[in-house]
Amino acid sequence: MEELLSLAVKAIFVENLALSFFLGMCTFIAVSKKIATAIGLGISVMIVQSITVPANNMILGYLLAPGALAWAGFPDVDLTFLGLISYIGVIAALVQILEMVLDKYFPPLYNALGVFLPLITVNCAILGGSLFMVERDYNFAESVTYGVSSGFGWALAITAMAGVREKLKYSDIPDGLQGLGITFITAGLMALAFMSFSGVKL
Amino acid sequence: MAQTYRKMLVDPMVDNNPITLQVLGICSALAVTSSLQVSFVMALAVIFVTGFSSMFISMIRSQIPGSIRIIVQMVIIASLVIMVDQILKAYAYEISKTLSVFVGLIITNCIVMGRAEAFAMKNPPFASFVDGVGNGMGYGLILMLVAVIRELFGSGSLFGFTLLQTVNNGGWYVPNGMLLLPPSAFFIIGLIIWAFRSWKPEQVEEREYKIQTVEAH
Repeated sequence: MEELLSLAVKAIFVENLALSFFLGMCTFIAVSKKIATAIGLGISVMIVQSITVPANNMILGYLLAPGALAWAGFPDVDLTFLGLISYIGVIAALVQILEMVLDKYFPPLYNALGVFLPLITVNCAILGGSLFMVERDYNFAESVTYGVSSGFGWALAITAMAGVREKLKYSDIPDGLQGLGITFITAGLMALAFMSFSGVKL
Repeated sequence: MAQTYRKMLVDPMVDNNPITLQVLGICSALAVTSSLQVSFVMALAVIFVTGFSSMFISMIRSQIPGSIRIIVQMVIIASLVIMVDQILKAYAYEISKTLSVFVGLIITNCIVMGRAEAFAMKNPPFASFVDGVGNGMGYGLILMLVAVIRELFGSGSLFGFTLLQTVNNGGWYVPNGMLLLPPSAFFIIGLIIWAFRSWKPEQVEEREYKIQTVEAH
């Protein structure tokens, strides 16, 4: 339990997907102009991340890893090279399913998040989460924790960024830095701030 | 015709750079820029993938049904990335370890999808290939620029060869450790964008709010 807690804190603050691995930067920069939309996108990422990381963990454990197909009678098969294509397939399919389920059963939520869902398929943070899960050999419980907390970390980062940018638009910025440039520098300062969590251990 | 191809190749480097202007593909790659060698391999991988994915997608563009085009594009891109990944693992294992997940993340690199969607779906294969390579190079250019700054001032070397002898090794240069940490890449890109836009003022974004001077009475 303690291990999972420390994994969660690490995924949210120290190894924040957006600010220390630069994942999901395209959307991070493009959709962080207003707090309300940033929160919407953040929540969608968190939901999708919490589903896809454990799902990909199961795909890896039962289908792709060396010897994982033993239950089907193929103990010598190693399908790890199909990893990338299966993860992205799972992500695309899950996002599509989530969109349909939300549309059918939770229309208000669908109206709020609907526009962001297609964007999420190509959000590097989602695929990155799954790839980190594979690289670090998480088991199922760890992958659930990692999915939820890394999604939360990303949501936190984009919401904070949107808050800063809402204030920033009133300030007098040199012409060349206007827009994109100053956003990058702000993101850099935020990343520095997040790094101060790196000494925290639970 | 040769003139247009040349323009397509050079245009994305400065005038329409994917990173500084189109805000595409910043996603995965900045974390790999702390050493020049790794960024060079990453840039080559991206050029390969954007070029060939654009070409293949353009070849079958009239056969792809509109409703599933994203998935078809994704499959083509993912297959190419798997090839790159396997080749790196076979011939440059050390570098592939350092790149870790970032090779896989080329799949969701917005440049690849962006060029497939915006250009390859409407143009013939060779033109799409040139366009893909051009955009990959524009991306690679920024990547290398950031990597040169980070490696030279962060660890005093380029491509692993020591240029500035650091204090730890008995030299004179005190390396700037911050340049090896992730946040520095943000600052450097921000400043590169500033430099680009001062050079090409037409790329400057409109202000949302103008600051006006009120005359004193």
